[in-house]
Amino acid sequence: MRIKDQPTPVPTGHPRQRGIILKICLMLMVVSCLFLTSCREEREVFEPETERITYPVFNAIRGFYLLNEGNMGSNKATLDFFCYETGIFHRNIFASANPDIPMELGDVGNDLQIYGSRLYAVINASNKIEVMDAQTARRIGQINIPNVRYIRFHGGYAFATSYAGPVSPDPTLAQIGFVAKIDTATLEVVARVYVGFQPDELEILNGKIYVANSGGYMFPNYENTLSVICLERFAEIERIEVAINLHRVRADRHGNLWVTSRGDNFNVPSRLFWVCTQTHEVGGELDIAVSNLWLAGDSLFVIGTEFNRLTMETEISFGIIDVNKKEIVSRNFITDGTEQQIRMPYGIAVNPITGNIYVTDARNHVTPGTLFSFDRYGRLRWQVRTGDIPAHFVFLTR
Amino acid sequence: MKNKQNIFPFKQFALGFFLTKILCFQAFAGYSSDTIRTHEIEGVTIVAQQHREVIPAQRLSGEKLERLNSHSVADAIRFLSGVQIKDFGGIGGLKTVNVRSMGSQHVGVFYNGIRIGNAQNGVVDLGRFSLDNIEEISLYNGQRSRILQPAKDFGTAGTIYLRTRRPRFENNKPYNIRMLFRTGSFDLINPSFLWEHRIRGWDTEQGNNTHNIASSVSAEYVQSSGRYRFRYRRVLPDGTVAWDTTAIRQNGDIQALRLEGGLTGFTERTQWQVHNYLYSSERGIPGAIVNNVWKNSQRQWDRNFFTQASLTTVVNDRYELLINAKYAHDFLRYQNPDTTLMLIDNRFTQQEIYLSFANRFSILPNWDISLATDFQWNVLDANLQNFVRPTRYTTLVALATAVEFGNVRIQASLLGTFINEQADWRGLPNILPEQQTRSAENRQELSPAIFVSYQPFAGARHVSPIRPLQFRAFYKRSFRMPTFNDLYYTQIGNVSLRPEFTTQFNLGFQYAIDMGRTTMDAEYAPFGHSRIFQGLQISADVYYNEVTDKIVAIPRGSGQFRWMMMNIGRVEIRGLDTRVETNWLLPHDIRLQAAANYTFQRAQDFSDPTDTDPRAGTWGRQIAYIPWHSGSLSLLASFRSWTFNYSFVYVGERYHNSSNIRENHERPWYTSDISIGKTFQLRRTRSGRMQYAPMSVPTFRVSAEINNVFNQQYDIVLNYPMPGTNFRIILRLDI
Repeated sequence: MRIKDQPTPVPTGHPRQRGIILKICLMLMVVSCLFLTSCREEREVFEPETERITYPVFNAIRGFYLLNEGNMGSNKATLDFFCYETGIFHRNIFASANPDIPMELGDVGNDLQIYGSRLYAVINASNKIEVMDAQTARRIGQINIPNVRYIRFHGGYAFATSYAGPVSPDPTLAQIGFVAKIDTATLEVVARVYVGFQPDELEILNGKIYVANSGGYMFPNYENTLSVICLERFAEIERIEVAINLHRVRADRHGNLWVTSRGDNFNVPSRLFWVCTQTHEVGGELDIAVSNLWLAGDSLFVIGTEFNRLTMETEISFGIIDVNKKEIVSRNFITDGTEQQIRMPYGIAVNPITGNIYVTDARNHVTPGTLFSFDRYGRLRWQVRTGDIPAHFVFLTR
Repeated sequence: MKNKQNIFPFKQFALGFFLTKILCFQAFAGYSSDTIRTHEIEGVTIVAQQHREVIPAQRLSGEKLERLNSHSVADAIRFLSGVQIKDFGGIGGLKTVNVRSMGSQHVGVFYNGIRIGNAQNGVVDLGRFSLDNIEEISLYNGQRSRILQPAKDFGTAGTIYLRTRRPRFENNKPYNIRMLFRTGSFDLINPSFLWEHRIRGWDTEQGNNTHNIASSVSAEYVQSSGRYRFRYRRVLPDGTVAWDTTAIRQNGDIQALRLEGGLTGFTERTQWQVHNYLYSSERGIPGAIVNNVWKNSQRQWDRNFFTQASLTTVVNDRYELLINAKYAHDFLRYQNPDTTLMLIDNRFTQQEIYLSFANRFSILPNWDISLATDFQWNVLDANLQNFVRPTRYTTLVALATAVEFGNVRIQASLLGTFINEQADWRGLPNILPEQQTRSAENRQELSPAIFVSYQPFAGARHVSPIRPLQFRAFYKRSFRMPTFNDLYYTQIGNVSLRPEFTTQFNLGFQYAIDMGRTTMDAEYAPFGHSRIFQGLQISADVYYNEVTDKIVAIPRGSGQFRWMMMNIGRVEIRGLDTRVETNWLLPHDIRLQAAANYTFQRAQDFSDPTDTDPRAGTWGRQIAYIPWHSGSLSLLASFRSWTFNYSFVYVGERYHNSSNIRENHERPWYTSDISIGKTFQLRRTRSGRMQYAPMSVPTFRVSAEINNVFNQQYDIVLNYPMPGTNFRIILRLDI
């Protein structure tokens, strides 16, 4: 372009001009290189974002942690904390509580529990359980278990299910699951017991561990049993046939287990079953799809998200089951119509003191989700943005 | 030297009016790429481009292509405007190209004029196409606005043509042999071999009245460990290091063999080509780096084979015919042996048969029409549970017309696509009776397009193709079919998917002048003769694109496979592509070519009207991985037998999803690559200048490249670290 301004073309061989042109070219190159390499910003450790949401409330519960799963491969499992004493929601607290831990919390959070003074976050695709101080979320240690799913505690030990047992030598590549017994003092796995294929939730009651086997990798040949493990011998003693593709198992105070089946996404719908722990037999079945649940007293709060292949739509329900009467009390515990705002309900919790209900919306699983808080009558109190796929709650007591 | 340059155009004229028209245009269209001129090379090349394109392509070809420090086609395409490359890193990593943010599945990749298909997932991995025997890469927005072309060429939103080397035989040489060996970082061993043999004719001195036939064989082997050091770090707000970790990228190894062979021939009125291609590889899939997982172990095997043939003939002054045929067989095996994840060993086999018949009729000297009919058959088989073995029959009919009124050229086309699919659900468990007959519905879609260009200042000299200024505009609506994976992948596929549509509007100009090319051209050089300043090309286009019914994976229910493909997305893209290219002949015979691209894109996600949170909402926000600003710069210098290149690629800040929050923010990255090369003549010619007779004397070329000179640590795709500084040495022998 510059040449346009020149009245006559520059003759070729003049030595001074040669030098100038070359020098300018070189200078430009050097300057642009230096400029471009010097100013790249560094990535900072995320400071938590805080939002004041509501007025402070003081009771025995300090607050709750919310584990966001993060989509697989994104390494975006994050931890949020809602503090009742300040009414402030703290988003993404793990990184700043542990600025020296490389690659933050990990990939795909799958379960969150508190035992004693410690917070345990099961990070599935990072093949580990992160052990933190429950008050500060400061890391204490890590338990490496491949493809670990859910965790429960009993008598100083943690018990965690995993999909990653030995592989059968035949071409089906079937891979048995196991329950790992972890000493919470040393954070070492001390024993393993093999159960069914792809075991998910587990529940500990009356000296036994009940494990929901899913067989989720075995499509179309799902598992359909609960494994019963004797705690004392730490060995599987029985299988209870329930339904295909079991997912969650929770014990009520009447000695019954509430077990969910995912169905097969085709013909067999998701259902809720109860199993009597005295007889080890299925007591009955309720006609409600369940993807997540929370037991508060005798009320079992359930959310159902079931995909209907014929209508190509996800059918959503928010139900309450009376575990004593074993009947559906409500199919929509949200009473003010605000359930329309929830696209993909995912996690649920109920504050045992106030009765407030928390439901998370995972939306499209790749963008931030939303936490909705309802009062005990099912009216929306507030909502707040969370991390990606908000899913697992645990209440922090004093 | 000056004489030599001038002789060849006359030779071209000697070939008759028909060829002259071709070659002059070729010289013009090729201007953007081969600025260190290769007239002699073009002179004996027979080109397929008989008719002017209304809007010329962005091209990379010849020496420039060789010198761009590129390992594959994907690397080279970074230097085109309006293009985003998704690169998962390393030599074996998947590299796909996205033109103007419409998605990589809207980009058609054509190899020697016939589209490379992938009915399974619609994506072509451009990292697999070596530049060894590729002579030219051209990118067209919309479509190649040429009148005689298969119906398929009218069908994609953006098009990339890869053209393999055409044989040329200097001084009646009976053969050309090129041996190449590359080695360097990542334990790369990459030998290749090219042998072109003149079977008959191909004698430029005596004109082209005979039937000229030549064969070509090309073979290449690549082996690399794919290992490189990468570094992730974070700082505290006060600037002190929070953590800083360095690791070696693992499981990025690759072994690949490519074999190609073909015959090509031409007479005065006919050209034909038969081409066979085989690519066989085994590679590791390095996977995402996440907390506690620094190594992955997934493997992939590919075997791609195709054979294709093409014939174009000028039957008479008014009628021209183009016939294409192809058979392709692609095998893919994906294995996950990692026991911490679901164990997988899947095999997929795709087959494709393609036939095309295109005709051009000249109604008046300045008015052509064309009718093209294509037929395609695709089938996919897999060892997945409950897989339904889909078969797709596609018929395409394209009607096009091209008119030239003085300075204005118009091409309008209408493509009809008729698709019929069958899927076999019978006998599968877990299928409701009403689902058993489900396959995607038959589809009929129309894709209209109109391309207009206006070249003022042509005046009475319209015989010359060199008109410096061109204004151009186009409109096009096109679609992509849902892929077989979208429709039928067990548990995820959705047979009720509709096609995904794109609508494009483009307005732009190009200004090109070329000094001192030939005496003829010089008449049109408004600045007169200039020795130093050799040429300039500037182009700029603004565009508005819309993608509707975008196919997006959305979660459903709570099953383990919780995704489902749905037509829910909508994206609006507003962009600007600019390009400047200049050529200089500096004192001391230093030739310099400088090119710069800049692209601005605002690609907004309008998929979810409820997601309007002022900070984290996706409504109206920039879509994943599309930077607002991106660009590249390349400086190619040569001095006698030495070459020196510097290239720079910049990709500005972007977000890895449409929620534009800090957690999803990706920093800008920019890399500088340099290379230096020297050519040795093994036997001197009289002129002593190798670059004007590249094939007549055995030459040996050594070049060394340093890529990512400043060792920038960056990810293009979240958690897929890219290599830092790496180097390559290339030895090339031409006999």
